[in-house]
This record gives sequence, structure tokens and C-alpha cells, in this order.
Amino acid sequence: MVAVAGVDLVIEEGEFFTLLGPSGSGKTTLLRMIAGFERPDAGRIELRGRDVTSLPPHLRDTNTVFQDYALFPHMSVGQNIGYGLRIKRIPAAERRRRVERALRMVRLEGLDKRRPNQLSGGQRQRVALARAVVNEPEVLLLDEPLGALDLKLRQEMQIELKQIQKEVGITFVYVTHDQEEALTMSDRVAVMSNGKIEQIGSPVDVYERPASEFVAGFIGISNVLLRDGVRFVVRPEKIRMLTEGENPDPGMRVEPGTVEEVVYVGMSTRYVVRLDRGEQLVAVRQNMDAASDAASFQGRPVRLAWTTGHTYVLESKEK
Amino acid sequence: MAWFVLIYLASLVLLLITAFWSIDPFTTQIVQVWNIDNFRIILTDPTYRTIVGRTAGLAALVTITDVVLAFPLAYYMAKVASRRVQSLLFAAVLLPLWASYLARVYAWILILNHSGVLNWSLQSIGLPAANIGYTNTAMWLVFSYIWLPFMIIPTYAALERVPDSLLEAAADLGARRWRSTLDVVLPLALPGVVAGSIFTFSLTLGDYITPILVGGAGSQFIGNVVYSNVGIANNVPFAAALATVPVLIMAVYLLTAQRLGAFEAL
Repeated sequence: MVAVAGVDLVIEEGEFFTLLGPSGSGKTTLLRMIAGFERPDAGRIELRGRDVTSLPPHLRDTNTVFQDYALFPHMSVGQNIGYGLRIKRIPAAERRRRVERALRMVRLEGLDKRRPNQLSGGQRQRVALARAVVNEPEVLLLDEPLGALDLKLRQEMQIELKQIQKEVGITFVYVTHDQEEALTMSDRVAVMSNGKIEQIGSPVDVYERPASEFVAGFIGISNVLLRDGVRFVVRPEKIRMLTEGENPDPGMRVEPGTVEEVVYVGMSTRYVVRLDRGEQLVAVRQNMDAASDAASFQGRPVRLAWTTGHTYVLESKEK
Repeated sequence: MAWFVLIYLASLVLLLITAFWSIDPFTTQIVQVWNIDNFRIILTDPTYRTIVGRTAGLAALVTITDVVLAFPLAYYMAKVASRRVQSLLFAAVLLPLWASYLARVYAWILILNHSGVLNWSLQSIGLPAANIGYTNTAMWLVFSYIWLPFMIIPTYAALERVPDSLLEAAADLGARRWRSTLDVVLPLALPGVVAGSIFTFSLTLGDYITPILVGGAGSQFIGNVVYSNVGIANNVPFAAALATVPVLIMAVYLLTAQRLGAFEAL
């Protein structure tokens, strides 16, 4: 079993870099290799030009925020955060100062005497972050750190993490399977599948110009169509659903179909449309104009329109 | 369940009541008159003080020995060994428990005897004989051997429960293996070690067979004195009074163990 193969990756200093992929895609293995918990059978890992491939974790200038936080249950919050500094024999006074600063950064002032089991999930997550950042590593590795939090907290933490990263200027390597998380926070994203990197690029790149059908399908909802021998992607929000009598803008491609399903998702409404030519497409309408009449579309014939400028041609793979 | 508690507590209460009675030295009949003579004798007579001291001291020594022997093995079983080696070691630890306690003590007699395996081996490589058969040293060895599995298993269980991610976190923060063992594993496994010590300590404290079999002239335990007072001297009140001593010691021990979280580890 090979978890990761043929990965060639350069991460820039001070970058927020995300490894995005489904479970089993090898993203966590790659992260653990950077941390030193796992050793590659072949290849090199360099940190600021220095080969660290054979260095054990305690000799690498990386720190990890673990998925389950891995806080020491028998130590207080302050002792947890100060542990790395204590190992490095930082004098007590400076240690206290840095721990306090880290606590302030993650907005947990005054909780340093608490035990991890007296904290909420979100607070524990912050302690784990502070415990890693306080050591000022060259690279901070985050293994799905927000996975255990509820949606609202997760969204708050996404913004906060990004702010903290800008503030401390440390390179972040972030592992997640959540495409929204990856797009919101990252400077660059590497989309992984089956131990290989499918695409590396900015969030806009991987969303608007997916390099493969896998990337297109994994990030957001993608409608893949084959017309005149060309496979291309149309994002749901780029499709206009024309009501009866409405005319498309000039240059738009129009195809008729039938609404099979109407899914109300709060901010918008999702329409699953079966084209007369056979394929199923998803179109999205903001609820500003949709909400009230949404249900009435169920089962009705509609026309879908999009401009070719909003489609993205996939590099067709040999079958 | 309630019946169980009732029977258990009732016999303890009876024991305590009997301890405050005495016997008529001529008829050896129990005289049901309240007095604390039995306890006064135990506390003042140096013979009994020595016996209580020897019993508790050896129980403590055996416990410490077993902690030192069990921890590395339990650590290896829980954190290092492969699944296969782990089950093999488990079998090796548990297998002796299938043999009779007496058989295992007798086996040690054969080893430690003046003409036993130990001395035979020593002589064959040209070393002087070690005459440790029928001494307190022999008791220390035999007790440490017999109760060792009872220390290994709870220690193993506690170590097993220390998540590997905590060790990784410690390594990630710069700790070498020995450092993370000291800072993370040891404190978290402590409740298991204390739980194991309850077994090794109390089992040694209450034993009276091993002292008879491998102990020498000055190897009497509390249990032996209780036994001889019940069976030979027929002084049941004094035996009862002496029997409350290990009960008291264990009560204090268990309270301390509870403070250290040993019962959550069991």
C-alpha cells in the first residue's frame, strides 16, 4: 500500500498552504512526513534548504496542531502551552511572558490554570494552536484542526486562524477535506487524490479552472457536459434558469430541460434539472428572487442558459 | 448485592467486637467484658511491633520491586511490541496464574534450597553458595515473583489508555523518548501503577503461607500470629485484635489510592 507517491511540492515561506482531498487521499500522511512521524521510503523533505528527511520529530523546527488536539490531560493550559519552551530550556520568566502572549493571541487570557477537560471543544482547539505557535516554528502543521467543531464555531475559527497566520507570519500547512475551508483560508491549495497531487493553485484557480474532472467534482458542485467532443464544467451559480417568456442574453447557450428536484438551502435554492439531451445539471438561484416561487418549479420544463466564457474545458483524458 | 455487603460488613463488625473481649487464661473461655488489653499488648510488646513492621515493610518492598519490574515490561507490551509479541507476552504473564500458588512457592523452595538450583549453578561457575533459602530475602523474592502479574496487568491497561498522539505531541514539541515517558506517560499511568500496588501490597500483607514455606525462624507475618492464636492458643479475641491491624493499614492505603485516581484506572 502506497499512501503518497510522486509528490513534488514547494511551499513558500509565510504561505497558508492547504492540502485538500477526500479521506484516504494521502494528505495526512504527507503532513506526518513533514512533521517527522512518518518516513518516506524514497524522496527528500527539505526545510529552508536543509534536508530533514531522516530527522526525528523532536529535532525538526515544525510544530503540529493535532486533529484530536492531543493536549496533555494532567497539565494545566499554561503548562501545556509552555511545554515546548520548557524542553528548550527557555528561562521561566521569558516562558511565562510568551505563554501569556500566546494565550492573548488565541483569546484565552486568564484560563492558564484550567485543565483541558474543563474547556470546551473550541477552547481546547485554541490551546492546541497556542501550544504549537508559541514555539515560533518555521512551519506550523495543522491536521484537520477544526474537524471536531460545529459549523458556526468552525467558520469563526477559519477567519481567526487566517488572522493569526498573518499576524505571526509563520508558514501554515493545513490539511482538510472541507473544500470551503480550503478556499476561504488558503493562499494556495493542493488538491490530492489517491496519493497524488491533482492540482496546485490559488483558490480561484482550483475553483474556476479545475485541472481535472476529479478536482472539478471535489471542489463545489460541478456540472460536467460533453458537447461537440469537448468536455467542460459549468458551475451551478453560473447557470441562469430562464422563466417562460424570458430571453437569454445574446451569445448564451440555451438548453431545455425539466426540473426534477428543488432543494432549499437557506441562502439559495438548488434546482436539479434533467436536460432533454439526458444529462443532469444543478443550477443555483440566490433566494433574493427565488424563495417564494421556488417550489412551483418542481416538475416544470425550464430552459438553462450559460455563456461559454463561464465554462471551463477539462483536459480530456484518454480513456 | 445488598446481602453481599451485609455479610461482609457484619463479619468485619463481629471481628471488631471480638477484639475488645478477652479470654479466661485458665478455661480459655471468651469473657465478654469490654477492654482494650489486646490492643495495648500489640502496641507495647516489641515482638508484635516487629511482626507488624516486618509484614508492612516487606509488603512495601515487594510492591516497589514489582513496580520497577512491571513498568518497563508493561510499557513494552502497550507501546512498542507488535500485536503478535504482545499476545505472546500476555500469555507469558498470565500462564503462571494457572498453576497453583503452592506449586509455584514449592518451585522456589527447590531453587533457593541450600542444595537447590541456585547454589548448584553458582558452584558450577565457581562462585560461593548463596544461602538465602528460609530467610526474609527468600520471602521477598517469592512474593515479588508471585504477585508480579497483578502489577503488570493494571499498569499495562493504564499505559494502553495513554493515546499515542500524546507521545507524538511531546516529540513534536521537542521531547526525546525518555523525556516524554517521564513527563507524559508516567503521570498518566500512575493510577494504574497505584491500582496494581493495591494488589501486591494487600496480597503480601495478608499472606501467611509463603512465610511458613520459604521463611525462616524470624519470618513470622501478622497472618501467622493470627493463625496460631486461633488454632493453637485458642485466643480468638487477640487474633481478632491483631487482624484489625492489616485492615486499618489497607483502609489508609485505599484512601490514598483513591486520591491518586487508582479506581478509575481499574
